[in-house]
Parts: sequence; C-alpha cells; structure tokens
Amino acid sequence: MKSRFFGQVTAAVLVNSLYEMRNYPVVLVNTVLSPLSFLLVIAFVSKGGLIGDAIEGGFIMSMFSSGVSLQGDLSHLKNDFKLQDMVVASPTSPFTYVTGMALAELVYSIPALAVLTVLAWIFIHPSAVQALVLVGVMLMMFLSSIAIGFTLATFSSDIVQSFAFSRLISTLFSTLPPVYYPVTYIPLPFRYAAYLSPTTYAAVISQNATGFLSEPGASIAIDWGIMIAVTVVLFLVAAKKARWREV
Amino acid sequence: MGGELVCSELTKVYDSSKGKRALDAISLAVPARGVLSLIGMNGAGKTTLVRILATQLAPTSGVATIDGVDVVKEAKRLRSRIAVIPQEARTVPWMTPRQTVLTYLMWRGCTYSESKKKATDALGRVGMQEQSDVMNRRLSGGMKRKVLVATVLAADADVSFLDEPTTGLDPVSRRELWGFLEEIARKHFLILTTHYLEEAEELANVIGIMDRGKMVGIGSLESLRSSLKYQYSIRLPASAQVPQLDGVATPGRDGGVQILTNEDEAYRLSQLFLGSGTRFSVNRVSLDDVFFHYVRADIGEHGAQ
Ligand SMILES: Nc1ncnc2c1ncn2[C@@H]1O[C@H](COP(=O)(O)OP(=O)(O)OP(=O)(O)O)[C@@H](O)[C@H]1O
Ligand SMILES: [Mg+2]
Repeated sequence: MKSRFFGQVTAAVLVNSLYEMRNYPVVLVNTVLSPLSFLLVIAFVSKGGLIGDAIEGGFIMSMFSSGVSLQGDLSHLKNDFKLQDMVVASPTSPFTYVTGMALAELVYSIPALAVLTVLAWIFIHPSAVQALVLVGVMLMMFLSSIAIGFTLATFSSDIVQSFAFSRLISTLFSTLPPVYYPVTYIPLPFRYAAYLSPTTYAAVISQNATGFLSEPGASIAIDWGIMIAVTVVLFLVAAKKARWREV
Repeated sequence: MGGELVCSELTKVYDSSKGKRALDAISLAVPARGVLSLIGMNGAGKTTLVRILATQLAPTSGVATIDGVDVVKEAKRLRSRIAVIPQEARTVPWMTPRQTVLTYLMWRGCTYSESKKKATDALGRVGMQEQSDVMNRRLSGGMKRKVLVATVLAADADVSFLDEPTTGLDPVSRRELWGFLEEIARKHFLILTTHYLEEAEELANVIGIMDRGKMVGIGSLESLRSSLKYQYSIRLPASAQVPQLDGVATPGRDGGVQILTNEDEAYRLSQLFLGSGTRFSVNRVSLDDVFFHYVRADIGEHGAQ
C-alpha cells in the first residue's frame, strides 16, 4: 500500500515536472524569474532598504505560485488530455494525485528557492529559529495555495477559464497584498483589505521574525492562528467541494 | 471476469441542461464478458453511460453494478478493476509512448520496474517498439491512438472502457486496432462505443442501441435481427419495378429501393427478379438495417412534434 502511494505520487511528479522540464526549459526560467523580478523592483525602489522584506516576499510568492501553476496544470491535463478522467477511474485517490502534482510544482520552484536561499544567507543571516519560522510560513503558503488551485481546477472546463483563474489568484493573493514590503506602508483603510489575503499574514510573520517589523507577540500569535485556520479551511473546502467524480 | 453488468433505472440530468435527460431510466442486464458495444447517434448518451459506469460521473438516480460492485457506492473497489480511454483522450505531447504507458500503470498501482516491463511489452504488442522513445507530439494520429490502446492493454484490467477508440483512423489502422481489442476481450470485459456499425458487428457479443438517452434495443446481433419483423433485405436499382409483395419497400439509403421481407417471400421475389432479368441483391438484414429500424422508429414517433 505504501509503495503504491509512492509510485502514484512519482507518476504525477514525472508527468507534471520531470518529463515536462526536459521539453520546455523555458517554463523553468519563468518560475525562477517571476519571484525574483518583484524582488529586484522593490529592492531598487527602496534603495536596498527593503531587500530583506523583498527576499521573504520572494519565498512567499514562489510557494504561493505553486498553487497557481497547479491550477493551470491540473486543468490542462484534465480538459485537454482527459488524463484526470483516466486517473479518476484508477486506484489513485484525489489526495494522492494532488500530492504528486503539487510536489511536481515544488520541483519547479527549486531553482528559485535556491537563489532566494543564497540571497537570504547574504542579506538576512537568519538564525536557526528565524529560518524555522520562515520555513513554517512557506509550508502554510504552499498548502493553502494548492488547496485553492485544486478546488478551482476541478471547476474549470477549458483553457480560457483556467487562465482567468490563474491570473485571478495570483493578482489577489500575491501581487496586490503587501508581500514584498511591510503592511504598514499601506494607508489605513486599505490595510484592512490586505488582511483578507493569507499571504499578508505570512509576510507579517516573516518580517516580524527577522526584525523588519515589530509587532506585539499577541498579535503575531493571532496572525499564526489565522494563517493556520485559513489553510485548514481551504483544505476542508477542497476536500468537500472539489470534484473528483463529476456531477 | 464473471458476473453481469446491471443497470436499473439509470438516469442522468446534467446540472446545466435544464432538466433534459441525457440518460433516461436505462435498465439492462448483460454478461460482463466479451465486448459490449454501444451505438447511437451523436448525443444519444453513450459517453454519459460510459462515464457513469467508469465511476467518472455521478448518475442523477438509478443504480448500476458491474460483477456485483456498485459503481457509486463501491467506486473505490471498482476502480482497481477498470481501465478507461475517454472519448477525447489525447497523449501528452511532452511524453514518449513508454512514459505514457509507464506513468499510467504507476497510477494503477504497479511499481516502477513492473510498469516499465509491462509498458515495453504492451508497446511491442501494438507494434510500437521502434517509436517507444519518440515524443508523442511527433507521432501520427493513428500511432497516438495506439499508445492509448497500449495503456489499456498493459493495464490488463477486468473491465476496459473505450469510448470511440477508432474514430478518425484509416480503415487499415482501424482493423489493426480491432485485433488488439479482440485480444483484450478474450480475457476481459470490454465496453466499446463506436459510430462504425461494422465495428460493432465484427467485435461485439452484445450491442446496445441508444437513442436520446434510452436504450432502444440491446442484445446479440442475432437477437436484434430477430426482433425485427423482417429478416431479409433485398436491394434493387432505383429504376426497378417493385411488385406486389409481403413486406415493405422503402427508398434505400444508397438511392435504390430496399425491400425488407421474410425468408419465404425473399426466395419468391428472388425467383421473380431472376425471371424478369432485374438486377438485385439479397442479404440477411445487417446491423445498419437494425440500427435504422430502431432509431428511425423512434424518429417517426417523435419527429412529428
Ligand atoms: N457536461 C455536460 N453538460 C451538459 N450536458 C451534457 C454534458 N455532456 C453531455 N451532455 C448532453 O448529454 C447528452 C448525451 O451526450 P453524450 O456525450 O453522452 O452523447 P454521445 O452518445 O456520447 O454522443 P457522441 O456520439 O457525439 O459522442 C447530449 O444531449 C449532450 O448535449
Ligand atoms: Mg460520446
């Protein structure tokens, strides 16, 4: 049973990243460049002052973009090749399928994460505890984004719709919210809107952990609570609403 | 595989279809072995039925079981015993045939090495050992289809569903695929949809004729034939004089005249045409005739509205 799970996950990683990468290296270039491009813009505009925030933003965005890509890839494999239909009618469970597909997205993020890790090493020098906080935040971002990606993918029926979903999640959750700079830069009434996105909490927690922001401990505890709660809720929604067998 | 495929009042109304029944209370019981071929016009409900039986789509009401396993309640159990090629399945262009079959088998629960061995074997059986490592995007349409058939062949599942596997293939390739389908059906149950009636005639043990969500006729070719009032078909050129006869004469689909009649009358008419030097041909009614009988009868019934 265990080896079967491993094989099923491996199949998804092969289809969705390893085989694909060999053919379309340009996809890889894209996943490296997009989190780094924002980072550069923010670092230059702030004359280097926000480089630490921006690096953390890069981590959050590359994790969050896993879900965005997952949505696109799942939709593509489902609608254009009917691959998902073939997998539905096999012993692979939706959980296993999505785990594999999501890990494949993570494989794509490895180069970006490597570059960011080097930058973090140079500009942030996190302690072990700080690094642990960053990794925890990234994990939450990864999990919540794939839950969103999977749920939306099961509803998308063609490429135009799936493309629109991708743009929407990435704008709403990673471009608009203050991921690359402190939330305090946003004037007050708008700041409340920023708190609608889980990525904002991720950024606040990261920035606070590495001293770019100083929030009271209670408030950070609440941020963690909200981030974890949102992730759990998104997973529950995915488990309940996502369509494995169509209706 | 033993047992039966049983459907009872199986009905499907798609959410978006304003109450229209894509499947309308289908009930049937057929042995779950050999080939069951579903035929019917576009939109008749073939794909809908296949997707429900293959656990991909939820029925609105009704029950279906294969070898006693409920397709809804026991989907998990069934899924380890079935393999599917959906109607619009395509090979992933950035993978090779070997990778395609290999990953499918891994999803079906085989280990990597087991899958690799089975993939090589299945691709060899469909005559693709040479192209096993060529990118799918560089294969012809027919070869891509063979790759998909190889996945099902390799899966060796108790029940295989193939939704129009031969559509768009040239006549030679189609016949070649028939060979593989026969091979699958020798050991397992194969549910096949097709628009090529000769394909159903050639391969099927049981033929289901669908029309507007209903199963209007189901059985072996022989039993479908004998459900018709007339068993013989005589074709005459358009110019021929049609005598008084016991049977029906209709404009044939080939532009001539088609007479449907019984055996004795067919014999009598043959003598008559031979005597008068009229060109004619006489045959048992074909699946074409059966199909048009069932579907046309239905059109006649509703067409007046
Ligand atoms: N996803 C869907 N949503 C709404 N209606 C659908 C959907 N899929 C099929 N239908 C409708 O259900 C009916 C049966 O369609 P189905 O695809 O089962 O027919 P079919 O016999 O497979 O046709 P074809 O030979 O063209 O493949 C049609 O009227 C079709 O328009
Ligand atoms: Mg169809």
